[in-house]
Amino acid sequence: MSWMAWTPITAVFFSCIILMLIGMGIWQTVSPTVPRRGFLPLTTTRGDRLFISLLGAAYIHLGWLAFTDAALWVASIIALFWLFIVMRWG
Amino acid sequence: MNKITNNKAWFLVLPVFFIVAISAIIPLMTVVNYSVQDIFDPQTRFFVGTEWFEQVLGDRRLHDALIRQIVYTMSVLLIEVPLGIAVALTLPRKGWGVSASMVLLALPLLIPWNVVGTIWQIFGRADIGLGGYVINMLGIDYNYSQNPMDAWVTVLVMDVWHWTSLIVLLCYAGLRSIPDAYYQAAKIDGASNWAVFRFIQLPKMQSVLVIGVLLRFMDSFMIYTEPFVLTGGGPGTATTFLSQFLVTIAVGQFDLGPAAAFSLIYFLIILLVCWVFYTVVMNAGKREEQ
Repeated sequence: MSWMAWTPITAVFFSCIILMLIGMGIWQTVSPTVPRRGFLPLTTTRGDRLFISLLGAAYIHLGWLAFTDAALWVASIIALFWLFIVMRWG
Repeated sequence: MNKITNNKAWFLVLPVFFIVAISAIIPLMTVVNYSVQDIFDPQTRFFVGTEWFEQVLGDRRLHDALIRQIVYTMSVLLIEVPLGIAVALTLPRKGWGVSASMVLLALPLLIPWNVVGTIWQIFGRADIGLGGYVINMLGIDYNYSQNPMDAWVTVLVMDVWHWTSLIVLLCYAGLRSIPDAYYQAAKIDGASNWAVFRFIQLPKMQSVLVIGVLLRFMDSFMIYTEPFVLTGGGPGTATTFLSQFLVTIAVGQFDLGPAAAFSLIYFLIILLVCWVFYTVVMNAGKREEQ
């Protein structure tokens, strides 16, 4: 695996993503998702909302790096809020 | 909600899952790992955090290449889609003409990218190329290797020549699937040609057009070989699109970190555009069904 040049931070990052996917899979078997319409202008399932929040989180971080010099963890907190808002009311 | 009664079919998806994992997910993970490190050789590498992302996001050359890429992709779509529809509408519907036009239209699609580039490189030359020579004979000063505008037009025309057929074939397939009853009903109602196109042909072509536009968007957004062979990204950087810029960083300068960061940004742009496009079109389809 050394050719993949792992670092602790990227390993944690991907572990979180994998755990999230496994969690979503278990959640789906326990209580299947019902498509619904929240503040987003489209009908979404739980998986759609996770995808939208992760994509949004990536853009929040990129925007933060491009337009500010402030610490990146602020962007991570904003992204976490965004994830919560989309999953709950999206 | 459909109740799932048997989940065994999921095992049949496993081979595809492994192929995608090896061909896409593991390389993507590696790129993410590269993007946060300064790599000198496999043993010597240092964690640099988000430095490469900051560097790439602030790079003027990247902004310029991105703007060029967007303008190019939009031009490709704006020319190829209407032209493809127009050609599909004029194609014969029966007789020997159908097979003849299908073969003729499929020809450019069968030619490999680098050969297309070479063909146009020779075709456009002012000294020995038929196209370039004729244009200069007409009194227009044309030289794609020196004039940025000429280079742009040549790359664009080359793409239109190479790929409009794809849109034509897809639209033609869509048109052929419309039952005659629709046309008969339109005739009885005295519908104009425009009304037939707007309310019968265009809606029926929608699903194939979506595939066509999406394919053309993705292909033209990551175009590399043809401009590389034709102009080499020049004159200057006039036709250096995103892929070529990426290759310059990754292979030319061997800056793996910045190249990886750039690849991820590139990937996120494509992911966002494709997702938005797919969602908009799928929702429009659902609204129509309702």
